[in-house]
Formats: sequence, structure tokens, C-alpha cells
Amino acid sequence: MSKPIHQLMFISGQLVILAVVVLASIATGEANIPISQIPEIVRTGEGTEYFILTQIRMPRIVLAFAVGSALSLSGTILQGVFRNPLVEPYTLGISGGAAFGVALAIVGGLHLTGHGYMLPLAGFSGAAVTIFLVGILGFLRGGADITRMLLIGVMISFVASSSMMFLMSVTTAENLHGIIFWIMGSLDEPNHHLIKVATITSIIGLAGSYLFVNQLNALQLGKNKATHLGINTTFSVRILFIVASLLTGVCVSVAGVIGFVGLAVPHIMRLMTGGDHRLMLISSFLGGSIFLIACDILARTVISPNELPIGVITGIIGGFVFMIVLNKSRIQKEHHGK
Amino acid sequence: MANNYLALNSISCGYGKSFNLNGISLSVARGAFAGIIGPNGSGKTTLFKGISGILPIKKGSICLSGVPLESMKLREKARKMAVVSQFPEGTDMTVQDYVLLGRLPHRNAFNFLESARDKVLARKYMRLTGIYHYREKQMSQLSGGEQQLAAIAQALTQEPELLLLDEPTSHLDINHQMQMLNLIQSLNKELNLTVLMIIHDLNLAAEYCDQLILINDGKIYTQGTPAEVLTFQNIEAVYNAVVIAQTNPLSGKPVIFPVSGNILKTHRTDINNHHKTVTGNRLFNQSNNNHKQ
Repeated sequence: MSKPIHQLMFISGQLVILAVVVLASIATGEANIPISQIPEIVRTGEGTEYFILTQIRMPRIVLAFAVGSALSLSGTILQGVFRNPLVEPYTLGISGGAAFGVALAIVGGLHLTGHGYMLPLAGFSGAAVTIFLVGILGFLRGGADITRMLLIGVMISFVASSSMMFLMSVTTAENLHGIIFWIMGSLDEPNHHLIKVATITSIIGLAGSYLFVNQLNALQLGKNKATHLGINTTFSVRILFIVASLLTGVCVSVAGVIGFVGLAVPHIMRLMTGGDHRLMLISSFLGGSIFLIACDILARTVISPNELPIGVITGIIGGFVFMIVLNKSRIQKEHHGK
Repeated sequence: MANNYLALNSISCGYGKSFNLNGISLSVARGAFAGIIGPNGSGKTTLFKGISGILPIKKGSICLSGVPLESMKLREKARKMAVVSQFPEGTDMTVQDYVLLGRLPHRNAFNFLESARDKVLARKYMRLTGIYHYREKQMSQLSGGEQQLAAIAQALTQEPELLLLDEPTSHLDINHQMQMLNLIQSLNKELNLTVLMIIHDLNLAAEYCDQLILINDGKIYTQGTPAEVLTFQNIEAVYNAVVIAQTNPLSGKPVIFPVSGNILKTHRTDINNHHKTVTGNRLFNQSNNNHKQ
């Protein structure tokens, strides 16, 4: 039973990969800054190159870390609570609500005021209203009915996206462009305060959900069995749902809709680690950040000097990686199966 | 109160506003092996859900060694009572991790790591149930019967005083059915584990349980020793099935033979004669039956 050692090795490996992608990302960009020169640039602490590293590239990496880890963690929690592999942070309508909030703000002209805080605020309000609705409707009557919450989330998602399309169809071409640009998602966030908020949220999210890791593991056996094991399932499901929702809400409002991280990364981690949430929560957190930082490198280099929307890369890369991993694990299962 | 380990005091519970169970009273002694029998939809599983806290008890009370269940915390209750449901969850978890979850009620809520003792207990009960060599396999890769054994290993790892089993033999062949029940019987005798088990097979129920509770339509029809409960009159009244009740020559426990439609047509008189002799021998059953109706 050398499981803890095994787990520590897995996480250490992830940390090494994370360090590698962070370095690669720092060294990637329009201005050619070789890695070997970076210590020297940082030591002098001035010049254009120092400015590029600390004011442009680092904040972007930090945001990619925060958003990638938070979305992946949120997906892991929700897939665990709902015991449904197709659930992802956006299934519950949080992105739809956020997008609707942003669309409303753009159509109302609010984005021209408020120092760049207005759209994230509108996005977060939209997400918060959705979370509130799903929570209230799902938690009403008899504790937390998991299937009910899922269906309500999907329905709210439909209502929100239809309302948004309604706004898009009646507004000006300029506003339309703004909305579409926001929906595609971007890690280009000039406001460093928002990056801080996202980073702190993702770390608090990891700590908060880890307090419920026993409950999350027990919930894998269903609500009834978890109750038999002494778990207060209604309370646990509510807390975990709120943590996952807040993580997603903050990500969506800062970086727009970045799909697939919250669906594919938890799956890949589950296949690699075996689904014990004590390892899953940490490995998804790290895996999501590695994945998004790596995708961001591609987004910035493929059609350089222009930039691809990050969501395009995550969707395409994520999809293929996912299919490869799934196929491989099926082959392994056939070999090891009875 | 050793005589009254689990006591149900005229409880009513059910889904929604209606009661599926009405005024159930029963008591199970410490170390007893009790079986719950009854037709499909009679309320057996509802009763289990009431006892295990999945469904709220709307009337009456349930006591465990004299302590009302509603005054116990969930974790406290989980240290005394373990439940094996009819269809254990086939998760991606390894058997070992699955069994170790049985230690959750004994750990501090925020303690994430198993102690050495937790691992020793998990190993012990995996060996006892014969699934130790599957410990690295995923639960979903096991057969239905093996999953049930793993579920029992998990329940034992909880170190409960009371074990609730919902049809532990439902998808097993006769050899595995008997292995399973022999295992439960030995746990009952050696660990002094009180067992309450839902079981469909009347003959297995008769052979293994010392106490049977026959449920019909959300009420207790009758309860007692297998010989008292499993009479052809009771079976006919509750299950609406014609049977012949005899005695197992080795164990002295009752055995129920079904009477098929063809035999019923051609042998009506034989069956009537048989029933008459049995009634003559065991008049008390008839009177018992009458007063229930």
C-alpha cells in the first residue's frame, strides 16, 4: 500500500510540468526574449524587456493558471457531486447567465464606463443570478435533488442563451461584435486587480473543496450510501455546488467563456489517477492550469503576430487529447480486465 | 435491554404525503439473525429506508439499544449501523478504496488520511469476504455478486453492531447464495453482529434466520420463528400463491414447495388433504391467521 508515495510522485510530476510550461510561456511572444537572459533581465529590474515580462506575460500566465485551475476544479467537483461525466461548469447555465449579463451591459452601453470593471461585474451578476436560481429551485423541496438541479441548470442555460440571442438580434453591429468577442473568451486582461481576484478565488476554492473531500468520495456511492456512511449529504452537496459555481462565475466574468477545460481535464485526471478525490482535486487543479497555459502558448504563436481566441485552441486540442486518452484507457482496461 | 436491541415503535413512513408503512412495531434482540419477507411492493425496502434514515419517520420512534435514532448524529449512527443495499454502486474506485470508505464514520470529518488501523481492518474484512485478491480492481469491473461481497466488506469495516442487508443473494446462483448466507451466519455468530435482512427466497429465509417478519401491504402480517411464519395459510393469504409447507429433515426448518397450475388442476384433492393434515397438526396457525384477518 504505497499509495501516498505514488500520489506525491504524481503531483510532483505535475508541478515539474507546470514549471516547464510557465517557462515556455514566459519565453514565447512577439519580442524575442531567450530564457537564458531572463534572470539577468529580472535582476536589473528595468527596460522594455522587463516591462514585457512583468506587465504583459506574467499577468497573462497567472490568469491562465487561475482560470485553468478554477474551471478544472469546478468541473471535478460538479462531476463528482452529480456523478455524471457530462457535467461541466457551464452545464448549469452559469456561462449562459454570465454571457447574458455581459450582453445586457454592452447593449445598455455600460462597458463605456467604469474602468473596465463593468463587464466583469455584469458577467458575475449574470452568473450569480443563475447560481441563485438553480440553487433556490434545486434546493427547494426535499434537500438537494441532484437530477432536478441538473435539469434546472440546463433549462436556465437555454433561457439565458436565447435571451442573449434576442439582444444580439436587435442591437447594433458594433455591440454585436463586442458580445461575440467576449463570448469567445480571452486571457488578455489589462486589469491586474481582476487577475488577483481570480487567483485568490481559485486557491480558496481548492482549500474549501478539500475540506469536503471525504464527503465527495462518499458521494461517489450515491446519496443514500453516503448517508449510511454518516455524511450529511444535503449540506455537503449545497456547499460543493456553491464553491463550484463561484469558481466558474469568477472565471467567466474575468476571461469570458473558455470551454472544455472543465469537462476534459477532470476526465483525463480521473483516468490517470483512478478517481480518489483526495488526489483528483489537486491534480485537476494543476492539470487545468498546465492545460490552459499550454493552450495559451499555442493561441499566441499559431497565427503570430495575431492571436487566436483561446477557446478555439482548448476545444480542438482538448477534444483530441481527450479522445486519445479515452481510447488508450479502454485498450488498457481490455488488457487488464478479467 | 439486551433483549430489545433494535426496537420499532409503531412507526409510519413513506414517500410524499402518503404512508407506505403504517404502524410497524417490531423488536430484534442483540445478536439475532432476523429476516424480512413479503411480496413485491409490500414495503420491505421502505422499512429499510426508514430505519437507515433515508426516509423520514413521520410517526412512532426507532430505538437502538434504548437510544432514539433521531437523537443520534449521522456519524454516530453510522458507527452502530451499516447498510448493504440491493445494488451496490459500480464506481471507478478500486475495491480497496471502496472498502476503506467504511472507516469514514470513525474518522474526524476533516481527517483525510486512513490510519494504520483503518487499513488493517479493511484488509481483514476483504480477506473474510474473499475479495482481497480483487483489491486493486475497479468496483465496476466486478460481477454483481463480487460487488455485493465488497459492499459487505465495506459495511463490516464500519464495525457496526447492526447490519442491514437488502436482498444480499438477489443475483447469485445457489452455490453463491449459500456461501453468502453462510458468511453472514458466521458473522452473526462470531462477531455477535445483529443482522436484519430482506430476502425473497422463503426457503433460504427459513433455513438461515431465527426470526422472520412477514410484511404485507405496509403492515406486519405476522412475525415469529420460521416455523410459525412460513405456513401454507400465511403464504396463501399474503402472496396469493398455493404452496405446500413441509419440514427440512436435517434442520427441522420449514420448506415451501410451489404448486404449479397444472398440478393444482389435477391434484386438487391431494392438496386439500395435505392442507387438512397440516391444519390438524398445527391448529394454532389457523387461529393465528384468523385473528389477523
